[in-house]
Amino acid sequence: MDLEAMKNHAKNIRINIIKEVSNAKSGHPGGSLGAADILTVLYFDVMDFTKENAHSLDRDRFVLSKGHASPLLYAVLAEKGVISEEELLTFRKLNSRLQGHPDINKLDGIDMSTGSLGQGTSASVGMALANRLDKNDHRIYALVGDGEAEEGQVWEAAMAAGHYKLDNLCWVIDNNGLQIDGKCADVIGPEPFDKKFDAFGWNVISVDGHDYEALHDAFMQAKNYKGKPTCIIAKTIKGKGVSFMENQTGWHGKAPDAELTAVALKDLEGE
Amino acid sequence: MSKATREAYGEEIAKLIQENPKIVVLDADLAGSTHSAEAGKVCPERFFDMGIAEANMIGVSAGLAASGYIPFASSFAMFCTGRVWEQIRNSVAYPHLNVKIVGSHSGITVGEDGVTHQAIEDIAIMRDITGLEVYAPCDQWETKAVIDHVASSPNPCYVRLGRSKVEDVFDENKKFDVTKINVIHEGTSKVAVFATGLMVQSSLGALKTLQDKGIDPTIVDICAIKPTDEEGITKILEDNDEIFTIEEHSITGGLGSLVCEVAADNCPKRIHRIGMRDFGQSSDWKTLLKEYKLDADGVAEQILNTLEK
Repeated sequence: MDLEAMKNHAKNIRINIIKEVSNAKSGHPGGSLGAADILTVLYFDVMDFTKENAHSLDRDRFVLSKGHASPLLYAVLAEKGVISEEELLTFRKLNSRLQGHPDINKLDGIDMSTGSLGQGTSASVGMALANRLDKNDHRIYALVGDGEAEEGQVWEAAMAAGHYKLDNLCWVIDNNGLQIDGKCADVIGPEPFDKKFDAFGWNVISVDGHDYEALHDAFMQAKNYKGKPTCIIAKTIKGKGVSFMENQTGWHGKAPDAELTAVALKDLEGE
Repeated sequence: MSKATREAYGEEIAKLIQENPKIVVLDADLAGSTHSAEAGKVCPERFFDMGIAEANMIGVSAGLAASGYIPFASSFAMFCTGRVWEQIRNSVAYPHLNVKIVGSHSGITVGEDGVTHQAIEDIAIMRDITGLEVYAPCDQWETKAVIDHVASSPNPCYVRLGRSKVEDVFDENKKFDVTKINVIHEGTSKVAVFATGLMVQSSLGALKTLQDKGIDPTIVDICAIKPTDEEGITKILEDNDEIFTIEEHSITGGLGSLVCEVAADNCPKRIHRIGMRDFGQSSDWKTLLKEYKLDADGVAEQILNTLEK
């Protein structure tokens, strides 16, 4: 793994997240920044996704179940060359392909429409079942928020994936510990994830969600694990890379103004 | 001959799953009741029981459809529409995924299970979802035609089926266009009755009583709730003075509202909506139809009472 390349991709992605949200004057920067390293490793190291096969089903696929992190997915697609950086500035604007939450029909490279929390998890299970029926060896990945895991549907989907032993399925829990109303632990306490997923019949791996090599190893371990789906519990810092956003609940769904945008970009450029 | 529409579904889906390798069938622990199990018997590798988890069943269907499959997801109408309305809207209809939702045990004729299992709002909530086709066939032959149609449609669909054995309205030789209205009886009295599902049989059953009283209504079967045959419905509205809608469903949001909307747009008329005005209750299905005046005698009585006013 080329660590420098990963760092560089992640830096560009984070800068574009800030530009998108700032320009749109709305969107969800905190969770997008926090999960940027996870998607960097997924898209630039693990998945066989390219600009050329973005339109195709004949590749690994990804479901952004926490669909509000759409600025991250769009920044990844720009970094992959699927869309231009100029198009990122249409995010959340009239007639844009970059809807507030991802739309499968608007853009090649978006594998499922998401936004209503919990629902992407079930779709990922359906995709993994389809790959099994097709007897292909493509893998299905989903990014699930830790707050999102408060949705009952997540556990219905987890039960089904465990029951059907979908070892071609890998979820990453973006475990930043924060949700809109405060700390997850204070709001309703969705953890512990390791024991829960283990009990639902999953292979469970816990990693630092900002450690590229650890993420790489976790995805490889998941790929080689047979007989169970894998859940990677990735400990992350919400708002990672922007000093005033890190670990702040208030930056879940708020855009920085011009002044703070400059601070954020300076933080990220200097990284 | 009499057969439940859910039985006809089981027979047809068992045939289709063998003909089309892209069809997959899912159920939520009611496969024997919905008859989706018939598909599993002939093609177990493409039948998935998702357990008592309807929201996940709809989402898994969406994922299968996003991968090029044609999932048929079944449960009781209550649980595969009302319980999962938002999943259908956001995971199926908005991404325009080719999922077929088949709800059996609709209406009050579920019977003894009572109100919690009696979907009398499903037409209303399904037809309001953009891009979703909605069908409510009345007998086994129309059901099979609808299942064939939705299997070949590229659109997400909801099919409303019933639990009880119902008399045939059509026969096996009937050539259906399930997207159009079916005039079952051409009347002479300038009275038209629009009926859907089992209420087609109740309306036909009411015909002789009405004719004995000198009223010969035109009886129209509306199976295609959406797409709506506006032209066909408008023609009936134009040709008649007294209009009735009859449905085993709440009178708000369902067939009655649909016909009112078409009338408001094209041909304003006074429309008398016959259907459920309250929750039902437990009893055998024939007693319930009688209680809520939705059997043949009840329909005749409601029409006569209205016309006498």
